[in-house]
Amino acid sequence: MKKHAITLTVNGEERDLIVPSNRTLLDALRDDLGYTDTKYGCGTGECGACTILVDGMTTINGCLTLAATMNGKSITTAAGLARNGHLHPVQEAFIENDAIQCGFCTPGMVLKTISLLDENPRPTEAEIRHGLEGNICRCTGYTKIVEAVQDASRRITGSNVSAIGE
Amino acid sequence: MAEDVAFKHIEKTSLIGKRIKKPDAPAKAIGKTRYINDMVLPQMLYGKILHAGRPHAEIISIDTSEAEKLAGVHLVITAKDTPDLKLGFVKDNAPLKSKVLCERDEVAAVAAESEAIAAAAIKLIKVSYKDLPGVFSAKDGLKKDAPQIQENFPGNKSLKFKFKHGDLAEAEAGSDIILDHVFNVHYVTHCCMGTSCAIADFDHNGKLTIYSQTQYPYNYKMDLAPALGIDPGDIRVIQPTTGGSFGAKLDVYPYEPVAAILAQKTGRPVKVLFDREEEFINSPTRQPAAIHLRTGCTSDGILTFRSADVLMDNGAYTSWGPTVPVIMMRTVSGHYRVPVIDFKAQAVYSNNAYAGSFRGYGNVQMTYATAQHMDMFAEELSEKHGMDPIEFHLKNAQKSGEVTPQKSYLRECVLAECLTTAAAASDYVNKHKTYTEACTEEGRYKRGIGLASSIHNAGGAKIHKSDGCGTILKMDDYARVTVITGASEIGQGIDAVISQIVSEELGVPPEHVTLVNNDSDIGPWDVGVHASRTTFIAGNGAKRAAIKAKKQILAAASKQANVTAEELDLRGGYVVQDKDGAAVIRLDRMLRQMHFQPTPDVVMVSDYYEPNSELEGKDHISDHSAAYSHAVHIAEVVVDTYTGEVKVEKVTMAQDVGRVINRMGLEAQMEGGLAFGLGFALSEEMIFEEGRLLNPSFRDYKVPTAPEMPEIEMHFIESDCEEGPYGAKGIAELPTIVIAPAIANAVYNATGIRFLNPPMSPEKVARAIWEKKQADS
Repeated sequence: MKKHAITLTVNGEERDLIVPSNRTLLDALRDDLGYTDTKYGCGTGECGACTILVDGMTTINGCLTLAATMNGKSITTAAGLARNGHLHPVQEAFIENDAIQCGFCTPGMVLKTISLLDENPRPTEAEIRHGLEGNICRCTGYTKIVEAVQDASRRITGSNVSAIGE
Repeated sequence: MAEDVAFKHIEKTSLIGKRIKKPDAPAKAIGKTRYINDMVLPQMLYGKILHAGRPHAEIISIDTSEAEKLAGVHLVITAKDTPDLKLGFVKDNAPLKSKVLCERDEVAAVAAESEAIAAAAIKLIKVSYKDLPGVFSAKDGLKKDAPQIQENFPGNKSLKFKFKHGDLAEAEAGSDIILDHVFNVHYVTHCCMGTSCAIADFDHNGKLTIYSQTQYPYNYKMDLAPALGIDPGDIRVIQPTTGGSFGAKLDVYPYEPVAAILAQKTGRPVKVLFDREEEFINSPTRQPAAIHLRTGCTSDGILTFRSADVLMDNGAYTSWGPTVPVIMMRTVSGHYRVPVIDFKAQAVYSNNAYAGSFRGYGNVQMTYATAQHMDMFAEELSEKHGMDPIEFHLKNAQKSGEVTPQKSYLRECVLAECLTTAAAASDYVNKHKTYTEACTEEGRYKRGIGLASSIHNAGGAKIHKSDGCGTILKMDDYARVTVITGASEIGQGIDAVISQIVSEELGVPPEHVTLVNNDSDIGPWDVGVHASRTTFIAGNGAKRAAIKAKKQILAAASKQANVTAEELDLRGGYVVQDKDGAAVIRLDRMLRQMHFQPTPDVVMVSDYYEPNSELEGKDHISDHSAAYSHAVHIAEVVVDTYTGEVKVEKVTMAQDVGRVINRMGLEAQMEGGLAFGLGFALSEEMIFEEGRLLNPSFRDYKVPTAPEMPEIEMHFIESDCEEGPYGAKGIAELPTIVIAPAIANAVYNATGIRFLNPPMSPEKVARAIWEKKQADS
């Protein structure tokens, strides 16, 4: 199979790698580069566990994206959100509001929330629920996740930090 | 007096009932947590299993030669390479099969350098099958001419259960109303977000280390060993963080011994990890059941008897699924005061998928039936005799001190308080009346309100000879505490509860308590995470161990302060005078003084807590749990009569929690449990055609997502359980158990239609509404 030399910037670090045409971004991140915080949940774009941020704001499913198409892109995973030793306000809100049980969906949920709040910093509850409907959580029943997103919205809009944390 | 204690006074405060953060949450939020799915060991090979993909067949031949030739393949195994020893509750299952009895059957397995090579090798294995006629329902399995599925089980009869109490004929004769319905409870599955995984690694002495998602690491060794032909003592179980479990990992399933056999034969660590489609097809389900329920009642609204005849499709093998009648019968005999009971259940082998344990364990199935019968009585008594529906429930609600026909002793029973609290908070009676009147009016959207309740064990369930949990607690020279507990953490939050309890007793911050609970070579025995038992059992164990440590410290401090130990306490990192909180000495200093003296006095204590309960015997007459709890859910729904869509807008819950320990974790368990029950009620269904699963994906198997979840109002009723830690009871299963019949009763209130066969999916609801219209006109 044809191979492609690509460069990805992952969490601010430039990484060169060679991937066959059919390698998903999820597999490239997890297996080639060791970013295991991006989770495999279904492989078919239905659960959102592999949600990642591209170029700071758009979320995509890593399992539905071919790594070869991402040459030159900047990718953020949950492991790359902390700034100067401080967690991202969305991460803090998830921890404070007990929005995490088994935690397997959490990296995807956190990244989806960041993108959601970037587009809409003060979402209504219905907008939050709609915005997260592509991310499955089997533990929490979503109540505490929704509360965490509301809390994160307050934390972000109450400060001068933008959702993407820059 | 040391300078740092001068004039220092520390008030007595309590952490019990407070909101405690989950200790492992930060690592999970930043993606640092290493799940078993993420683990790679040096030299590790990847195992992959060839599943039969057909329900019933003889295996004529297996040709593995092409697979073996593929570069990167280390080993291919089939049934002939594996020990002929058995797995499962009645030892009717094997790691690899010589005959196919269901779609998931494991036929061959490969160990290879990469997942991709293993997957390619699987495709190169040629198996020649001779398909056989199959059995695809329990009813068909009982037919005289049915093919026999399991050699050792003639007539396809698997487990059966019986419990009788009182004179049924007399009770029937004394009943004014007798309800008689068959409820068909469907197949659902856990859908853990982290798919099933095991990593097996043998050392030079033949000792197996298995990295596992198991919920019961200690008995797991006993169940896994026979499938490998090794001694249980030669197995070490390590439990890395797991992506959910919910009962799915309460047994050994074939992929685990397969990983171990591949590791044993290759001498390399081997990892088996399912993809999502494999997870749907090859994981246990909830036990489906046809429940023929008959219940009697007088015109005064007093229950007279309950009889349940349960037929269960066992599937091809026996895991925990067909054992659920143990709990079903507790519901039949204990859900309200019922004097006469006749319960029987039979499981029948088939070529379908097989069930394991699943949050709610039989009670989800049975309460779906019993709680609808309670609603039917309430409706009829209200209509014919003008009886208030809540009054009917209250008349039959047990009180503290009552004993059920199976001898469940309801020491602290607050069912009545749960009923009145939930009914008042939701304005149940008025809304129910309004919606009943509006039911026959024209209009697309119909509102309904429905009430359901249930009972569940809340202090463990003694189905093994011990239902206990061991705890080892040590304190270091810096007053940091390590608690080594048998209790497993699968996301439910026992980590927070134990650190909170230990913190409460020892007066140290919860973040100074470290939990060690993921290695069977280190941890003391525990029966496992199940039966809503962990806060109760492991919580009691942690509390007792902490009290021992505290006594040891205060005894030493009392000598120094020249007061009795009873006059001292531990608060805020200090030994203090109990009466006024005056600091005596900093705790870490005290510990160092105890340690570094001619006769060292180091804090290392242990405890084994065995709950005050009786073993579930063959006659099923025993007080098998140290506590029982009740919950009432009231669901408010809107039914779109055009599309059949049921939207649950609000749920009011009132539950006996004994006493709140970690309020935030408690809420989280209630909300998460509710989501499981809501999915079961409305959208989740495994659809089988001749033993083949037709919908093995999240697209076609619909678990609840954020927009479907209702507003939730929770009322925690604190019955203050004498045996529970600080009065707490186990709570995690009732939220899953009670919601589905509450929704069904609300849908009836909205539409006048009873749904005996969940899920109440849009197509089913729309069709029933259309059929009712046809019949009415």
